[in-house]
Parts: sequence; structure tokens; C-alpha cells
Amino acid sequence: MAPILELKAVDKSFGGLHVTSKVSFAVMPGEISAIIGPNGAGKTTLFNQITGHLRSDAGAIFFKEENIVGRSPQQIVARGMGRAFQIASIFPDETVLDNIRAACLSRLGQTRKFWRSVVTFRQATEDAHAILDSLGLDSQADRLAFELAHGDQKLLDIGIALALKPALLLLDEPTAGMSPDERQHTRALIKKLWKAFDLTLVFIEHDMDMVFGIAQVVRVLQQGALLAEGTPEEIRANKQVITAYLGEDF
Amino acid sequence: MTKETAMNFKAATLWGMIVVLFALVPVLASSPYQINLASHVLIWSLFAVSFNMLWGVTGMLSLGQALFYGLGAYSVGLLVNYLGSAWYLPGIGIGLLAAALLAFFLGLLVIRVGGVYFTMLTLAFGQLAWQITFKWYDFTGGDDGIQGIMPPGLLGNKTAYYYFLLVLVLVSIWILKRMAYSPFGLILRCVQQNPDRVRFLGRRVRRNQLRIYIISSFFSALAGSLMVGVDSSIHTDMLYWTTSGEVILMSVLGGINQFFGPFVGAVAIILIEDYVGAYTEYWSLIIGTIMLVMVLGFPKGLVGEARRLIMRFGRTETGR
Ligand SMILES: Nc1ncnc2c1ncn2[C@@H]1O[C@H](COP(=O)(O)OP(=O)(O)OP(=O)(O)O)[C@@H](O)[C@H]1O
Ligand SMILES: [Mg+2]
Repeated sequence: MAPILELKAVDKSFGGLHVTSKVSFAVMPGEISAIIGPNGAGKTTLFNQITGHLRSDAGAIFFKEENIVGRSPQQIVARGMGRAFQIASIFPDETVLDNIRAACLSRLGQTRKFWRSVVTFRQATEDAHAILDSLGLDSQADRLAFELAHGDQKLLDIGIALALKPALLLLDEPTAGMSPDERQHTRALIKKLWKAFDLTLVFIEHDMDMVFGIAQVVRVLQQGALLAEGTPEEIRANKQVITAYLGEDF
Repeated sequence: MTKETAMNFKAATLWGMIVVLFALVPVLASSPYQINLASHVLIWSLFAVSFNMLWGVTGMLSLGQALFYGLGAYSVGLLVNYLGSAWYLPGIGIGLLAAALLAFFLGLLVIRVGGVYFTMLTLAFGQLAWQITFKWYDFTGGDDGIQGIMPPGLLGNKTAYYYFLLVLVLVSIWILKRMAYSPFGLILRCVQQNPDRVRFLGRRVRRNQLRIYIISSFFSALAGSLMVGVDSSIHTDMLYWTTSGEVILMSVLGGINQFFGPFVGAVAIILIEDYVGAYTEYWSLIIGTIMLVMVLGFPKGLVGEARRLIMRFGRTETGR
């Protein structure tokens, strides 16, 4: 089987700062994997390169067997990639429902319709409620997004990405800033969504319970370079990873 | 669903009352002056509402919409002046087409830069158009403008012309209102609130900004062209930046996050200018004071604050 995503010697620098260097790995369809690494390792930057938010300086990124370096985020999203952000990226003054509905309308190619009210778009509305249901947010559908608790805003961000029905979903620290209880809930939720939506999922995390609990493959980034790649067991036993990131007492 | 139906019903009732009220103006008016005043209110309402589709909805503060308002007016005025009053209606059409085309090409330029640079560029182009019109005395009448521009035939009758513009204004506002609540309108609001996220919905930010810039300019031009028949004249003030500023004031006063905010703001400002202007030449001082109080004390505007009161004392309602 061909990988759904393949990075080949991907590079990015900002001025003199080399943020990602010669990163190569392949993600297989249906896989759930984690990217870990210290703060500033270049994890978010790598996501930005994959999603077309930043243009890679060198290397190739194959998504569904096509090199997408130089493509715009719009084009990459259209090919089936979705993304949620380290800091929840939502539409604060819209209702929770409309946040998701906007994404559903976009997927259905209906965002140019200017005559009928959004509430009359049955398919988009049903899809949006289904997504909210699967996130446990449906009871808050009519609230404005900025009124949501921080953890729920993170979930809403994931919901917006899910509404695009992506083949590949990238989550940047889905549990960042959550309480331990919320983390536990989100951990289980993400695993559930991965199965229910038939996703290939790559997530960045600092929460090791989540990384070693649900990832099939773990990749370690250090100072922009891929330090190690393997199953959770392999990574846990890897001397270099322990020194660089996990620490001796892990 | 019943909640939505109830709200639709309420909105329709309000809408109906506005239509009836304006339709009755010629019947109730005791002088042509009042018809003239109502015409000003209607035209400025359309101008302000279409401006606010740019600013309040999409977050693009243009300080140059007078360019399109003036373009609409000068298309009609110049064509009628040089070719005869039969060119009145075609002049409106030509003005609208010219405004859409100009907005397209100008939009390609000014939308590339965001935020305050967009505002400054729109101001610069607006003032450029004003300057040209001002200087080109032989063709445009410069500072004197052109007087005595009459619509042809039946439209020459003040009452008939009032109904003509009433229909066009109301239909235009109705179209814009549908737009505001449509998927397109939702995407425009999303563009204002989080353009980066819009890109990751797979939508183009600049393309949507360009679309609304064209649409807003189109309806601004319509407002300008309708004004010609009301005052039977065109003048360079229509292109001056203060005209662009006026719709900003109207939007702020009424509330930029409410579809009917700019409408109410336009009604209020035109009436204040009229009544206060009759007593004192310092009416702009009054408007300034009111604006100060609104911005500092009631930032949601007349409609926004009224809604908040209704929400507080009435049942809880959601949506805009
Ligand atoms: N647009 C940019 N311009 C300049 N430097 C940047 C830019 N984006 C990121 N950097 C720098 O690149 C480095 C890597 O940042 P990045 O956000 O990718 O780290 P990260 O691995 O996601 O860290 P964290 O775990 O804290 O989120 C940091 O030193 C950061 O300051
Ligand atoms: Mg990061």
C-alpha cells in the first residue's frame, strides 16, 4: 500500500534559523500517529509546511501521491486534508452550529449561494449536528463560539476540520491547556473519532499518556530533525529519545 | 424550528411596517419637501447598508465608497446633460456596470493589502476621482456641478420618482439582507473573524473580499444615481471623502453588527441633520456629540443596544 503522506527531506528556515531540516517520513492510510519533541522543535512549523501555510525551502511532500509543495492551503484542503490548531482557531462571533456549518457548506461547494438563508441548507445542517453530536457539543449548538469553555473551543476547532470529511487530519496539541479530566475525555474522544470517521490521523502532543496510549507510530522531532521513529514501545526504549526529551525517570 | 419561524414572522412584520410607512409618505406629506427628505433617507439607507456589507460584515473599512456613489451619480448626470433626458435610465445602467467593472479592477489592487492600508488606498483612489472631477471644469462643471438634470416622462413627477426609487431601494436592501443571511454572508463574516481559518476551510479569502467589494460598490452606485433625480443635480461633494465618512457614522450609530443598523443610523442622521440644521448651523457639533456618546457608551449602536434590551427583558433568543 502506498503512503497517504510522504515527506522527503523537507526543510524550512526563517532567516538564519533552521527550523526543520531534512525531515523524511511516510504515513500509511488509516494510521494514527504522534509527533513529539521539545518546545521549539519545529513541530508546528512542519504542520504549516504540510498544509501549505508555509512554503518548504527544499524537499518534497507527497499527499495522495502528488507533490503538494507550492500548493495553497485551499488546494490542499480540497485534496482531503484537514487541520486543527495549537491555539483553537474558530469563528468567535458565530454560533457553534454555524462554525461547523460553514465548514460543511464549504465541503458541499455551497458557499457561493447567496439567496437562501443558511438554516435552509438541510444537508449541511444535518451534517453539522452529527459532527457536534460526535463531539458532545450539540447541546451548545446555539451558543456563540467565544462563550465556550477553552476545552470546548479546542473540540470545536477539531469539529471544523472534521466537517470537511478529510482523509488526513492533522491535530496540533489537541489537549493543550486542558484540565486532566478534559484530557482524559479528549484522549478517548480522538480515538473514537479516528475510528468513526475512518481517518488517517497525525497529532502533535506533549501529553505522554495520549501519545503512548493511542498512537500506533511515534515520531520524535528535535531541533528540526527527525530523531527517531517507531512504535510506542520502541520509542519508550530509545536511549537518544530518553536523553533528548522523555527524561530518565519516564 | 418554531423559534426560527417566530423570528422570521417578527422580521417580516417589521419589514412590512417599514414598507408601508415609506409608501405612505407622499400621501401624508404636507409639502414636496417631506417627499424630498424621505428620498434622502431611503437613498442614504441603501448606501449605508451596502457599505456595511463591506465593513460590519466582512471587516473591510473602505474610506472611498463615495467614489462609487459619485460614479453612479455622474454617469446619469453627464449622460443626461450631454445627450438628453432619454439617457436617464440607461445612465443608471451604465453607471452600475461601470461601478462593477471599476470595483473589480480597483479591488484587485486594494484588496492585496489588508487592514489600514486597504482603508488608506480606498481613500486615495476616492480623493483622486474627486480631484479629477473637481479640476475638469469643462466636462464636469467642476465645483459648480451640473443643475437641472430631470428624469424623463412620468419620472419627472416628484411623487412618481419617489415610488420609483422606493421600489429600487427596498428591493436592493432586501437582496442584501438575503445575502447577509446566506452561506455567502456566513463566509464573509468568517473572513472578518478568522481569515486564516477560512483558508483551511478551502475557501479563498481575497476572492470573497473582491466579490463583496464589487457588490457593495454596485449598490453604492445605484444609491448615487438615484440621488440625481431627487436633487436634480450632481456636485463634487458626492465624491468627497466626507461622503464616505458619512456612511461610517451612520453604520456606527445604528450598529455595525446588525443588518438594519446602518439603515436606522441613516434615518437618524438624515433627520437630525434636517431638523437641527434648521435651527443652527452647528448641527455637525450635535452629530459629533451623539457619536461620541454612542461610541463610548453604546458601542453596539441603536439597533444593537435595542436588541440587547429586548433580549434581557424578553425570552432568551439566539441568532442575529
Ligand atoms: N513565522 C516564523 N518566523 C520566525 N520564526 C519562527 C516562525 N515560526 C516559528 N518560528 C520559530 O521556529 C521554531 C520552531 O517553532 P514551532 O512553532 O514549529 O515549534 P513547536 O515544535 O511547535 O513548539 P511548541 O511545542 O512550543 O509548540 C521556534 O524557535 C520558533 O520561534
Ligand atoms: Mg507548536
